[in-house]
Amino acid sequence: MEVDLVAEPVLKVEGIHTFIGKHHILQGVSFEVHPGKVTVLLGRNGAGKSTALRSIMGLLPPSQGTIHLKNRKLQGMKSYEISRLGIGYVPEDRGIYNLLTVEENFRVAMIKEDGKTRERMETVFDIFPDLKKFWKTMAGNLSGGQKQMLAIARPLVNQNELLLIDEPSKGLAPIIIDHLIDSINKLKGMTVVILVEQNFYMASSLASDFYLFDDGRTVHHGQMEELVQNEELKKKYLGISS
Amino acid sequence: MTPNQRKWLPTLIVLAIFLSPLSLISPKTYITLTISGLAMGMLLFLVASGFSLIFGFLSVLNLAHGALFTWGAYIGFTSFTLINEWTGWGGSDSIFLNIAIFLLALILAGLLVGLLGIITERLVIRPVYGSHLFQIFITVGAMIVLEELVRIVWGPNDEVMPVPISFMGSWDIFDVVVSKYPLIAIVMGLILYFVILMILRKTRLGTIVRAGVENPEMVQVMGHNIYRYFTGVFAVGSALAAIGGGMWATFVKSIHPAMGGEVIIFALIVAIIGGLGSITGSVVGALLVGLSYNYVAYLVPKAALGITMLLLVIILSFRPTGLFHEGT
Repeated sequence: MEVDLVAEPVLKVEGIHTFIGKHHILQGVSFEVHPGKVTVLLGRNGAGKSTALRSIMGLLPPSQGTIHLKNRKLQGMKSYEISRLGIGYVPEDRGIYNLLTVEENFRVAMIKEDGKTRERMETVFDIFPDLKKFWKTMAGNLSGGQKQMLAIARPLVNQNELLLIDEPSKGLAPIIIDHLIDSINKLKGMTVVILVEQNFYMASSLASDFYLFDDGRTVHHGQMEELVQNEELKKKYLGISS
Repeated sequence: MTPNQRKWLPTLIVLAIFLSPLSLISPKTYITLTISGLAMGMLLFLVASGFSLIFGFLSVLNLAHGALFTWGAYIGFTSFTLINEWTGWGGSDSIFLNIAIFLLALILAGLLVGLLGIITERLVIRPVYGSHLFQIFITVGAMIVLEELVRIVWGPNDEVMPVPISFMGSWDIFDVVVSKYPLIAIVMGLILYFVILMILRKTRLGTIVRAGVENPEMVQVMGHNIYRYFTGVFAVGSALAAIGGGMWATFVKSIHPAMGGEVIIFALIVAIIGGLGSITGSVVGALLVGLSYNYVAYLVPKAALGITMLLLVIILSFRPTGLFHEGT
């Protein structure tokens, strides 16, 4: 299975090794992400998918390997510098500031106001209309789905090259997940998305490319429709059988 | 206890502490004690708010905060003395010149101790972020060093804190004796509280600080250099301790090198009662401690410190994280 490599990758991760304390979590992870696509990182719990996102963001700097955003090397950079290059990050726990209003959450997320900020906000409101409705509401009072939407929408206030989303479907009802799929699909024109997802239905509904993680390594990659039809891979690495 | 009852708990405790002494004390004495308690509360608020802000944002239990308070008192003392020697404003009949010299001394104390706070954060605190045990050891060490430096610079003896002439004495309002300085301290404390609150609520900087209290890592991945904010908040917390030190010294009219150690116990109690990381919690906690201390000190002097401990135990048994959430 081959990923379309015609376009220059937006992000290229090559052979990264990451430790958490003494634990060797990522043991040579490589993947690349191309413009206009949603790439999903799949694998069982503890396979290293979330750690890969945290490594890209500089929260768990890799001890070996390289990460490039276009031609820019990210190693040695601090998280805030990486973010300022145009990478938005939505962590697994959503990272919502519950004691701040929706508006204030956006205010913190906005790195710099420019001529297109208003336009981007209009697009955000088109995709997530509830956020406009609850603009002055404490984020802690939003429902789980609304919080997830806020978490995904916040980074979009900036001009991002890339958006990393960790387990957006976690803890959400199926109907909310469908709504979220629609919303993330609308983001495709705004930014390149890397998704970490356990929910195969959501992953297959959104992604064009996939990478399979197992024991801290990337073991397979390709186009999503191929994985959908490959029962053996799904059973072996994701524990899914039809 | 239902959530609704819990919501009203802080108000009920404040009202109980505020009104119950009326049954034991004459109204005139009660008013005098209340003003004194509110003044003490506002001064404690200045110390505790800095301590609480630093804990909430940096997650650092800064036990050197009391030493920064002492430095504030001494710098305020020296500034006031020097400016007064040059200008004579402290002894002037003009209340405006009296206020000017007092504010100048406090501003200088705040600025210089803020600078000292920056140095302390960069050299002492930054290497131990994330390790509470090392933070306790190293901030106790910093406290000892800073306190000894006070002894080296100013000497080990007590000094009499100069007070602007208009701040001395009292007013007699309908036979109730109201000291002037406590009222000034209350007004200044309230002004500073609202200024801090406005900065935290209405500015982008304040919003980022409140966000950082909740989730500093997320602030970092949103493109903000969290360490620069850490330094800034530590400097502001230190400056608040210094202003509190200068005002406290004017209240008690004397300074000595160990004064910070005595006040930091109150500040710690206030910050815990109010909820670590909460500015509004600090002001409510400080007023509770100030009022209860003054009422009990009048009725049963030996039990004055004990009542603050009892208050701490009662509040923590109902609300283990204090009266207010962090970031409020």
